[in-house]
Amino acid sequence: MSAVPDVKVDDGSENPQVTINFGPQHPAAHGVLRLVLDLDGEIVTRVDPHIGLLHRGTEKLIEHKTYLQAIGYFDRLDYVAPMNQEHAFCMAIERLTGLEVPRRGQFVRVLYCEIGRILNHLLQVTTQALDCGALTPPLWGFEEREKLMVFYERASGSRMHAKYFRPGGVHEDLPPELVADIYEWTNHFPQVLDDIEGLLTNSRIFKQRNVDIGVISRADAESWGMSGVMLRSTGVAWDLRRSQPYEVYSELDFQIPVGKNGDNYDRYLMRVMEMRQACKIMRQCIEKMPAGPVVAENHKIVPPRRAEMKRSMEALIHHFKLYTEGFHVPAGEVYAAVEAPKGEFGVYLVADGTNRPYKCKIRAPSYPHLQAMDFMCKGHMLADISAVLGSLDVVFGEVDR
Amino acid sequence: MGLIPFFQSHGVPYGWAWTLSYGIFTVIFELILAVSVAFFILADRKIWAAAQMRRGPNVVGPFGLFQTFADAFKFFFKEVIIPSGANKVLFLLAPLITATLAFSAWAVIPVASGWVISNINVGVLYLFAISSLSVYGVIVAGWSSNSKYPFLAALRCAAQMVSYEVSIGFVIITVLLFAGSLNLSAIVEAQRHGWFAFTMLFPMFVIFFISSLAETQRPPFDLLEAESELVAGFMTEYSSTPFLLFFLGEYMNVIMLSGLMAVLFLGGWLPIWDVWPLNAIPGVIWFLGKLFFLFFLNAMVKAIVPRYRYDQLMRLGWKVFLPFSLLWVVLTAGWVVFRSGGF
Repeated sequence: MSAVPDVKVDDGSENPQVTINFGPQHPAAHGVLRLVLDLDGEIVTRVDPHIGLLHRGTEKLIEHKTYLQAIGYFDRLDYVAPMNQEHAFCMAIERLTGLEVPRRGQFVRVLYCEIGRILNHLLQVTTQALDCGALTPPLWGFEEREKLMVFYERASGSRMHAKYFRPGGVHEDLPPELVADIYEWTNHFPQVLDDIEGLLTNSRIFKQRNVDIGVISRADAESWGMSGVMLRSTGVAWDLRRSQPYEVYSELDFQIPVGKNGDNYDRYLMRVMEMRQACKIMRQCIEKMPAGPVVAENHKIVPPRRAEMKRSMEALIHHFKLYTEGFHVPAGEVYAAVEAPKGEFGVYLVADGTNRPYKCKIRAPSYPHLQAMDFMCKGHMLADISAVLGSLDVVFGEVDR
Repeated sequence: MGLIPFFQSHGVPYGWAWTLSYGIFTVIFELILAVSVAFFILADRKIWAAAQMRRGPNVVGPFGLFQTFADAFKFFFKEVIIPSGANKVLFLLAPLITATLAFSAWAVIPVASGWVISNINVGVLYLFAISSLSVYGVIVAGWSSNSKYPFLAALRCAAQMVSYEVSIGFVIITVLLFAGSLNLSAIVEAQRHGWFAFTMLFPMFVIFFISSLAETQRPPFDLLEAESELVAGFMTEYSSTPFLLFFLGEYMNVIMLSGLMAVLFLGGWLPIWDVWPLNAIPGVIWFLGKLFFLFFLNAMVKAIVPRYRYDQLMRLGWKVFLPFSLLWVVLTAGWVVFRSGGF
């Protein structure tokens, strides 16, 4: 019965290396990540991420569902900002079928995409603080997330797995009181951000824990396929909302924060700035939102209104066909990507003319980011692992799929 | 000790009478202490909750007053799980070391004028010895668990507590220079004409406060139980009553150091100003008030700050606090000599 932890001695090196398991039951593992760490004292010499503990076979399942049924799976990828994922899938279907989203529908979509961005960044920023040991910001952030989730619920009936975006628009129009409440929320949200920033941005300890930690170079970021904040933190001005605008983003006035140093602290600052910009976009959406339908009128794809079904035989038949067989998508393939909060979220959809996708490949932004764990953390200390992991912003729903 | 003559009048020889009366006094004192720790834990959680816009414990008893007792009973009745690879004797000894030392430190803290279990002349040295020993509780726990996270925590602990003890030592020396005694009651009396925190010792008060956070492993120095790095640090493998003892010992230390700070810098049981309504308040209330004020600061720090990294903690201890407190020892000594006309 020995009480000495088993120590693995590296050949040729004088320093004994300790291998430890970081996760999957670790409080800072952000879900179900397992990292195998080699430690030289407190210095990390190797990080080996093991993934797949949350694998549910999403892509394969989608092949066996109608297009409409498949939307629900996208909520469950990055469950921190569900609607942004639905968006990519719906855009892919719209491109294959040639559906046009009415203007009000586009504004509603952008509004909820930006709510998703704030949902995500609030969680990310505050848990990055939590990973550095600050215990209060998450609770302040979750207060606001709760309100945003109520907005999700009031629009779609569900707090997380909304299934609100549909091919051709969104499922239901927003009640005017909801729009007014969201506008009211955007008034006070910047103050909450100021409060959270007050605890972190200029805190010496938070800076010491994040400045120059997890630095990534521009070349690395590009060659490892990074996107979103991870890529922009290295100084690349690349945002799909700007570079290939979709919906009404081209009409809206917003800025895209770009970093300089590619370290944890830059990413933290950028996410806070993005939240402020998202808030601005939400306000513009509400101000500019026209009246009109929120979903296309093509009843071969979009179900008819319920009132119509009471009067029109044709509408009833459409409804029956859409909810039993589903709609058919013409054969072809398409790649649709959106700027999800974590980066470029893409859907590569192959349709074979039936009511089910032939193949649906999901490009989740967290996945390439997680690959960088090893070279980003090498030489850092054990405590930095969780800080870097926090700033990578990974969610295992979409990494493991 | 009013009990000694009482026992003697019933025919008990002096030696036994002394032992008995001190035994009774100590048991009562430590019982009060142990019960009040429960409320300090609750206060800590409530303050923390208020900072985070939560309510904190509010279900067990009025305002959640009995929450800590409920938690304690839960721990008592749980199974003690000893990892199969652990060194059983040391594994169970470690929490005992921590808790016992935390209790015994209180022996020399004067709660009010004359209210002290043992008014020894080297009270400060005694406290210093006790707090140095308490490192062993953590090191032994980390080592005997035979698990890697606790082991890492034990290594951190050894370095952290030793480093900050050095600067605490120098801080205490400046106080001793001012007070001219190692007896804690005498140190309090020396502050009758002005608390040390309001003299040139104020920076030392700040350093002592921060070092005491490190000494008791409170945030931002809670590296030993950093949940985002080491899961639960040296307590990872502990459950049930052994865990409870660690928990108890930790809070006892926090309260003890708050009390020590009140004694060393804030004039212990002395009122802030020796005028009527203030000096009519009993000394023990003053002491508890100061203690709670420092405890409140402690809790607020926990709510506000992120955690230092191991090397940053070391740098702060050795490169900032140590030189500064060393310099201050020289300055204080010079001032004391100058005032006494020694030049």
